[in-house]
Amino acid sequence: MAEIRNYTLNFGPQHPAAHGVLRLVLELDGEVVERADPHVGLLHRGTEKLAEHKTYMQALPYMDRLDYVSILSNEHAFCRAVEALRGIEVPERAQYIRVMMDEATRILNHLLWLGAHAMDIGAMTIFLYTFRDREYLMDAYEALSGARLHANYYRPGGVNRDLPDSMPKYRPSKWHSEKDVKAMNAWREGSFLDFIEAFADYFPDRIDEFETLLTDNRIWKQRTVGVGVVSPERALQLGFTGPMLRGSGIEWDLRRKQPYAVYDRMDFRIPIGASGDSYDRYLVRIEEMRESVKIMKQCIRWLRDNPGPVRSDDYKVAPPPRAEMKGSMEALIHHFKLFTEGFHIPPGETYQAVEHPKGEFGIYMVSDGANKPYRMKIRAAGFPHLAAMNEMAKGHMLADVVTILGSQDIVFGEIDR
Amino acid sequence: MAFTHDTIEGPLRAKFGDAVRGISEYLDVFTVEVAPEAVNDVCRFLRDEPDFAFEQLIDVCGVDYLEYKDYPADAPRFAAVYHLLSLTHNHRLRLKAFVPEERPVVPSVVDVWNVADWFEREAFDMYGIIFEGHPDLRRILTDYGFAGHPFRKDFPLEGHVEMRYDPDRGRVVYQPVTITERNLVPRTHWQEADEDG
Repeated sequence: MAEIRNYTLNFGPQHPAAHGVLRLVLELDGEVVERADPHVGLLHRGTEKLAEHKTYMQALPYMDRLDYVSILSNEHAFCRAVEALRGIEVPERAQYIRVMMDEATRILNHLLWLGAHAMDIGAMTIFLYTFRDREYLMDAYEALSGARLHANYYRPGGVNRDLPDSMPKYRPSKWHSEKDVKAMNAWREGSFLDFIEAFADYFPDRIDEFETLLTDNRIWKQRTVGVGVVSPERALQLGFTGPMLRGSGIEWDLRRKQPYAVYDRMDFRIPIGASGDSYDRYLVRIEEMRESVKIMKQCIRWLRDNPGPVRSDDYKVAPPPRAEMKGSMEALIHHFKLFTEGFHIPPGETYQAVEHPKGEFGIYMVSDGANKPYRMKIRAAGFPHLAAMNEMAKGHMLADVVTILGSQDIVFGEIDR
Repeated sequence: MAFTHDTIEGPLRAKFGDAVRGISEYLDVFTVEVAPEAVNDVCRFLRDEPDFAFEQLIDVCGVDYLEYKDYPADAPRFAAVYHLLSLTHNHRLRLKAFVPEERPVVPSVVDVWNVADWFEREAFDMYGIIFEGHPDLRRILTDYGFAGHPFRKDFPLEGHVEMRYDPDRGRVVYQPVTITERNLVPRTHWQEADEDG
């Protein structure tokens, strides 16, 4: 009789379902996974070391490039670490803007996740719908910061600038008639807040639409129910956070348990799963999008009624207004010092975390009193999730590896850093 | 229950004596400094003791204190830093173990929290801290066959080698780096800066 041996398969690093540059070495017995060994680091750029050589403000844009689909949440964690160490007060309006944009970012992240995850498992249509809706939020990013993805919008001490009063508009062209353009600009006639509000009114129905395509779809359920089950005890042991932990039935959300910014004033629910499988994690993320819309609406209402400063008035950490620099020598000096030398942070260390769309994203910052971080460690949410790949995939079919990887919501920018 | 200095120090001192080197508080989070050889036992105690109940290990990372301003010359160079989170009591704790350059060894906590696996591999990869008892202490983020520990302060930012395609040999080769670091903003300190006094 022929000898039967396990088969080793190399999955990635160039594989459309690997969500980036994951190399997964799989040991297979027939089609059943015996062992999964993820090899990461192909996108390692040494962000933490680079940050040690940059002033605090120069290090901020690197945060965008970590998890490049939840840009502003990354920046939020970094700003919070700097603010805690230096003791910077953030104006209330900036806090509300941050919360609103964090939730927009959460929707942005979950939409990409939903589209890509569903496409991995074979549902093509949903990808087109989610990317259609992401476009609105990316337009919002662009109106706010000038960039569709790498916003670089938050600052230690607030945000870069106040919400714009008008939105960029489409213009008639060879391809779009006057009438088309009028329809395309329907949301864009008013301010930025009008645009975001129009999206918040429009989006919940779209979530229902996504759900009609998937939630009761028997193929979707066959592919996800009972795949990659993680018990609550194991989820804690494996360091899960965010939707991965909540999918396993543990109600833990930093926005509620350790509120930061103005989350303690927001009314929202924390969805949790029951069985800890891929399907529950899908349901949790879908519900999170609904809650995010609710939070965004609360912020919009507050922001409409409460104009005010959006940046700290401590000119040692935030640049003075341009007009003031024209007349005041001191303002000019502050501006020059800030953009050449940066600001100093007293010696000390802190760990500040935010509820990132993928889980707990934290910055551990050590300062020795310089104008640059001494050590900055990024606690990426997806890192422990991917580390659990072996345990979650064991005993499943090869095709389920793709489901599990998808349900972990992996982005390599933050895993490899 | 909120932590105070005494509620942390009491049980830890009673159990571990001098292995607890010190407890400090900064920005509402307590840092417990422990002897490196006691890390595993302290972690297990902190997880299982109901007053602490740190069910989750949030992060493990290394820190290299080589260039830290006014750092005592005879103090150990590296630190392994653990961030713990208790869901039951909703509090955090930082655990620190200093290890010398000659023998940067800390017992692994993989058996206490399985999540430590990759975190410890990363700290080993980046700083060369050895986690004794780790089941599979391989490099994780750097290239296959990488030499050195890149996050150490004496490792240059631009590295030692770079990769390029060699048309003669028809393959990718390594060569010494041809770039130099371009640092436009010098590192200055709080005291030196007159604006902050």
